[in-house]
Amino acid sequence: MLKLITPLMQIVDVPMRALQRLLGPRRLAWAFLAPNLILFGLFAFLPVLVNIAYALTGSDQILLRDRPFVGVRNFTDLSQCASYLDANSCKIDVFWRAVHNTAWFIVLQVGFMVGFSLLTALILNRKIVARGFFRAVFFFPVLLSPVVVALIWKWILQDQGALNAVLEHFGYPTVNWLLNPSWAFGWAVFLSCWAHMGFYTLILLAGLQAIPRDVYEAAQMDAASPWRVFHRITLPLLMPTMVVVLVLALIKGVQTFDEVYAFTGGGPGSATTLVIQYIYQTGFAGAPRLFGLASAASIMVALVLVVLTAVQLWITRRNANG
Amino acid sequence: MTQMRLILAGAATAALLAATSASAVELRFECAQDGNECDTMNAIFQKYTAAHPDVTVKMDLVPYKAILENLPVDLAAGTGPDLAKVTDLGGLHKYYLDLTPYVNKDYWEKSFGKTLDWYRAGAADPGIYGIQTQLTITGGFINKTLFDQAKIAVPGPGATWDDWAKATVAVAKATGAKYPMAMDRTGHRFAGMAMPYGATYFDDKGNPELSDPGFAAAAKQFVAWNQDGTMDKDVWAGSGGATYADASKEFINGDLVMYYSGSWQVQKFASQINTAFDWEVIPAPCGPAGAGHCSGMPGGSGVVGFKTTQHPKEVAALLDFLAQQDNYTTLEAKSLNIPAHTGVAAAGVTYEGATPEAAKALNAFSAQVPTLSPVAYAYQGYKNNRAMFNITVTRLTQAIVGELSMDDALARMADDLKQAVAAAN
Repeated sequence: MLKLITPLMQIVDVPMRALQRLLGPRRLAWAFLAPNLILFGLFAFLPVLVNIAYALTGSDQILLRDRPFVGVRNFTDLSQCASYLDANSCKIDVFWRAVHNTAWFIVLQVGFMVGFSLLTALILNRKIVARGFFRAVFFFPVLLSPVVVALIWKWILQDQGALNAVLEHFGYPTVNWLLNPSWAFGWAVFLSCWAHMGFYTLILLAGLQAIPRDVYEAAQMDAASPWRVFHRITLPLLMPTMVVVLVLALIKGVQTFDEVYAFTGGGPGSATTLVIQYIYQTGFAGAPRLFGLASAASIMVALVLVVLTAVQLWITRRNANG
Repeated sequence: MTQMRLILAGAATAALLAATSASAVELRFECAQDGNECDTMNAIFQKYTAAHPDVTVKMDLVPYKAILENLPVDLAAGTGPDLAKVTDLGGLHKYYLDLTPYVNKDYWEKSFGKTLDWYRAGAADPGIYGIQTQLTITGGFINKTLFDQAKIAVPGPGATWDDWAKATVAVAKATGAKYPMAMDRTGHRFAGMAMPYGATYFDDKGNPELSDPGFAAAAKQFVAWNQDGTMDKDVWAGSGGATYADASKEFINGDLVMYYSGSWQVQKFASQINTAFDWEVIPAPCGPAGAGHCSGMPGGSGVVGFKTTQHPKEVAALLDFLAQQDNYTTLEAKSLNIPAHTGVAAAGVTYEGATPEAAKALNAFSAQVPTLSPVAYAYQGYKNNRAMFNITVTRLTQAIVGELSMDDALARMADDLKQAVAAAN
């Protein structure tokens, strides 16, 4: 191996030395960083700038040069509401329905998912029968494509689906689960929890296993009750991991689109339309394509995500610093 | 001497290559099909290229979604094909190549009449932009076997939407069929119900509107039928936004008494229902507006050339070739479509490989072409009609599921339309 690498390094060495002479050792770092910076600029930074440019222009034209400058009109249109709690009082009511749905979705999905993930992690951390099997079972849905997850549950829950067939078999009345706004929303939350729970369970399980055993042994010697052990030892020591899980789940919750879109299409009505779906519909699936409005909405979502990411970074750094 | 020969040979080769590249024209044709329309068209184009070896046609067979979502972006970016099969006929007008300088205008006007308007910018635009290759008409299908089992007479010509609702509810009740009626989830199909109720879709000045009394009456009735179970609520309320949904599966399964869809379903029903039950096409249902308003909506797809092509003359010649009566007849006969060409329609089409039921259904739809309302033609030809279709679907669904009151839904439709028209202009 070394025989192969040495001549290669000798070939690279010549231009590197020349470059170092030309730029000096301090500036040489930029030469190494340049390819990555150029790619990052092209595919991450430039799209952000283009998105801002679209948000400040109107019409359904796709080329920026054909789009008239409208200032912050798209932002004012989106935020024009008599009451932010009543979507019907807003100029763009569907956007605010999507915002309300997303807020409820995050509260319920993150709450239930983190709660169940913790419960599952606690159980899987104990010496139970077939522990490896159950760990795999809980993680399996994470490996599935969101569209597959959505279709599986759609087939189960549709009017003539598996669940209604079971209810009918046992003589219970069937329910059109996806036609009732509350049921559809509830199932969307459930589906999302089911699909992602395994990932957070895994993180929490790692957090549980990092808690030193001697703390538990000391508690056992003091005859502490299981609840007291959980409340006074497990939970406080798991809290740094919990917070990371919580923030990650929040960010993921705001970004939810594919599985719910494939599951309900945002319906019935707009009962399960989330904010990312609103952006997609407004910019790409509607007629005319309101790129400006969609871009403005995406900037508003991005700001929320920036705040959440900043919180996550702050917590991670605080944990790292002890 | 040898050097001179080499120079001469090189010059001759270069001249030959230059001449070949100057005369060889490759036209890119983007097409999506749900039957065999693109293949049939391609075969006709190959016939053209056999007679004109300097022109070749390369067909890109793409999914329908690409025509709807990617093609407009490609055209805006100036990287579109030379010609394509499109369905947003008026919406893409700004990219169309005007064929007028290259074709016999009188022949096209006489042959394709009103459908030419669908590709134009407006009434003042005399240009010829596209050939309607697939004329579709919205209309109703019934499960005749269910009517026979229920011993209920099928409402005849002139029957109103209300008559159909009463009859289908009675049939469903008598036979245990799950749904009396269903309609595809699109504003285009809803227009087939709104026009008999007197919907005009345009005010006296020709401005689009979604709040005239006829439209409002139809909307209220439609919402009420969805809420009381006369219509299969799953189709409209089961989705969000303006997503398309249909009830063909329910009809094929025999769960549906009457299905309001369109002529493009004929091939599917003929092959998938087979002998499971008898089905037929019904005359266009009427409504409170009277006999002159019993009309479905025309629609379908057409082939257009684009301004950005480097070969406008060749594109126009190719489309003109397709528009000739014998080629057009071949296209319709093989792809089982209703002809938009008046000469072909008058001569009749012998559909190749169609079952007797399919042929009967296609002829029933063809017979409805002359009775289509002028409102239907105007609505189909309006460049922002897709925005109107989407607004109708989104807001009516919200009214069906109770997110908006009917009055709020109508008011929102008016606002949405104003915003959409402003953005599109």
